[in-house]
Amino acid sequence: MAKISSAGNYGKEIRSDCKVTVELTKSGGLKLELVSKVKDYFEDQIISLAKNELKFFGIKNAKILIEDRGALDYIIAARIEAAIKQLLETKKEYLLPIINDNTNQTMKKCHRRSRLYLPGNTPKLAINAGIHKPDGIILDLEDSVAPAKKKEAAILVRNTLRSVNFYGAERMVRINQLPQGLIDLENIVPHNVNLILIPKCETAEQIKEVNSKIAKIKKEKKLKYNIWLMPIIESALGVINSYQIACSENVVALAIGLEDYTADLGIQRTTKGTETFFARSQIVNSAHAAKIQPIDSVFSDVSNMEALKQNVLISKSLGFAGMGCIHPRQIPIIHENYAPNINEIEKAQKIINAYNEAKEKGLGVVSLGSKMIDAPVIKKAQQTLDMAKIGGNDR
Amino acid sequence: MKKADKFVMNAAGRIVPTIINGKKVTPFMGVNKYRPTHKGIATRIPTCIDYPKDGNKIVESLKEALIKSGLKDGMTISTHHHYRNGDYVANMIFDIAAELGIKDLRWFPSAAFPCHAPIIEHLKSGVVHHIEGSLNGPLGDFCSHGKMKGLGYLRSHGGRYRAIADGEIHIDIAVIAASAADMTGNANGVLGKHPFGPVSFSRTDAKNADRTIIVTDSLIDFPCYPWEIMGNDVDFVVALDEIGDPQKIVSGTTRITKSPDRLLIAEYCAKFVEAAGILKDGMNFQAGAGGTSLAFVHFIKEMMLEKGIKARSVVGGSTKFLVDMMEEGLTDYIFDGQTFGLEAISSLRDNPNHIPIGIFEIYDFHAKGNIARMLDVIVLGSTEVDVNFNANCVSHSDGRMLHGIGGFQNCMLAKCTILAVPSFRDRIPVIKDEVTTLVAPGELVDVIITERGIAINPRRKDLIEATKNSSLPIRDIKDLKKEIDQICGIPAKPKLSDEAVAVVEWIDGTILDTIRKVKK
Repeated sequence: MAKISSAGNYGKEIRSDCKVTVELTKSGGLKLELVSKVKDYFEDQIISLAKNELKFFGIKNAKILIEDRGALDYIIAARIEAAIKQLLETKKEYLLPIINDNTNQTMKKCHRRSRLYLPGNTPKLAINAGIHKPDGIILDLEDSVAPAKKKEAAILVRNTLRSVNFYGAERMVRINQLPQGLIDLENIVPHNVNLILIPKCETAEQIKEVNSKIAKIKKEKKLKYNIWLMPIIESALGVINSYQIACSENVVALAIGLEDYTADLGIQRTTKGTETFFARSQIVNSAHAAKIQPIDSVFSDVSNMEALKQNVLISKSLGFAGMGCIHPRQIPIIHENYAPNINEIEKAQKIINAYNEAKEKGLGVVSLGSKMIDAPVIKKAQQTLDMAKIGGNDR
Repeated sequence: MKKADKFVMNAAGRIVPTIINGKKVTPFMGVNKYRPTHKGIATRIPTCIDYPKDGNKIVESLKEALIKSGLKDGMTISTHHHYRNGDYVANMIFDIAAELGIKDLRWFPSAAFPCHAPIIEHLKSGVVHHIEGSLNGPLGDFCSHGKMKGLGYLRSHGGRYRAIADGEIHIDIAVIAASAADMTGNANGVLGKHPFGPVSFSRTDAKNADRTIIVTDSLIDFPCYPWEIMGNDVDFVVALDEIGDPQKIVSGTTRITKSPDRLLIAEYCAKFVEAAGILKDGMNFQAGAGGTSLAFVHFIKEMMLEKGIKARSVVGGSTKFLVDMMEEGLTDYIFDGQTFGLEAISSLRDNPNHIPIGIFEIYDFHAKGNIARMLDVIVLGSTEVDVNFNANCVSHSDGRMLHGIGGFQNCMLAKCTILAVPSFRDRIPVIKDEVTTLVAPGELVDVIITERGIAINPRRKDLIEATKNSSLPIRDIKDLKKEIDQICGIPAKPKLSDEAVAVVEWIDGTILDTIRKVKK
């Protein structure tokens, strides 16, 4: 194995990250050097963290350079571990205590209107992600992480799950495409992840593989909590198999990824979206048939809030319950526009009032004006009001 | 002569000198506890018969003007900062002084910027003894390391004006950069090749200096009107090829922030203003040109449009955003002490409702009232705050002076003062147990807004009451601090020596805090 390695990022534009370089030596003990903007304030804390961690991995002689741009402890720890693991074969994990807020579980049916994608190897974006109140936060190990950085990203994501308070957002991780994704699970499952996104999912068989791997890890580690799955359908084959996928165990939502889907078909993705109409409708239909949530693709123009709004309104009208986002400012627009609008709420309230009135009077038939109202209409009205209660702009 | 001597504890619990650069000073006695009464102003009394009958006061060079003004050792030289980081004039003055072998000058700028770094050489060689005025960037760093011969003196814009009025500062020579001037010295900052906006902060310098020199790169025929600086206050006029670069007035700040966290802070500010009942027809408010403040203006504007609300006045630094607001009918007036960008300069020049204001109007402690006190709300940034709502805007947590004091203290008199700050910067928490440097006493800071929550000063029961049913994340400042400390860890205290390098004056002229030398 190599004698020198490094992990993390350092540079003028980098914030809340660090680069750790470790060189194993034959003698001379541990030689630590810290270059940091916050050295005056955190030198002792950072050095003692590094020493404990090196000791934990049994390293007695080494030169360590930490070039820091204000990284928090869990980030520094992840970078040190990643550098060490390039030099040593070890299964050990250097874990900082898990914060209390990160032990909650989520419900199968909880709101998943917005899920905010964060590149798994860019720590700066994760620290404050929760304050923007998305329904879910996705730490991404897949497309947003460069192939050479996959290993260090996995360690950082693990530490992020334990240390960063997401203020109630569902903690999600997008693993890599299988089979690499199965290895990712080992890093993620034991650390209170709520939901795992499975990219480029094409068959129910893949979900089975994921479930059995998760079950194995849970058994080994004696974990009790539920881990939900959200497969992402990104191909023609996936669309055709979507119902079987949706019916699989632990699947609570079915998402669609339109960039890859249009690439698979060899067509251009347009704003109008006619070319993906079938796929989107199929996903909505499969999800509803399986009684889970259909989730729309990401809207990637972060500067055009009006276009986002239109996109959400179309998505809602097709039957989607939520969509992905890549910038925190998209969150309130998404929440607001998936929420029922004032006309929908008023109409729903009228229906429920009529229903309650009829019930009080012991009438068998509910009517509003000249129209008869049957059970599904009442159910839908109640759903609208429930949705309105949590509101769109609830932050 | 000791820089600072005879230290006592002041009413804010800070240890401050009572003798500074050889002169006796008064320690801070508490907010509104002290009234300076010593109007000791004594300027040279001129007569018109000593000036050219044809009004032509043009001299060949700045050097000649300085010599004719009697430049000599130990004098006080004032300049203004309206070209901000694009100013050429201050450096020219001290280069000339060095060439003439002059020593021990006191530079009295309305603010200094990183472009003034060359003056460090003159501080080292003794041409400049010390600076009294905002110290930031490289000059602040130099002073923080105890390298300046005299004690630095940080006064707010209003405090600077007061010090002149009270005769504490006698300006020997005022050198005023003007983008346009005529031969007799009538001058402004809105005409000419390189306009920069109002030159109003210099009016007092022109009036009270023994000698006043106008330097301009655009000499125009008499009269140069508007005459923000009146030729009747001017001794000499110098025409130069260039006096400053208006492009550098903007130091990357006059764009709405793109940071989602800062946008959230700005949004909270706007929502707080709404929830507190401040957002109403006829309101008067101030918002600066920083990224977060601009975002605040953006959100407030959206709310005003939605609710059909119109402000009576907005105080700048004015930007394109404020100008747009006025042109869209959302405010009747802009009061302006500093413009950022060409749109704001054109508006100041062409729109009679865009009013240049001086210190007297907005911040003067001796005025019979001032605009700052009448403002319904003001949103400011800050380097640090503490659990007692004290605020710092001049030093970093390591004690180094890196930011200008500007009008920060003067703004504290507004009806509702909001400090909009990120909860931490580079892992360094912004909410402390105690600020490193006290610039604004906590009793005047009403609200601290971070992306993690809003803390209202317990003294402001009215604001607490008004916003208690809102959906805003209003929290106890200590809880907020605890959460931030859990994220960042608790930073070590700055390593500072006992040696004083500068003081912060309160707006009434008393000494509020001492800034100490940074170790290393």
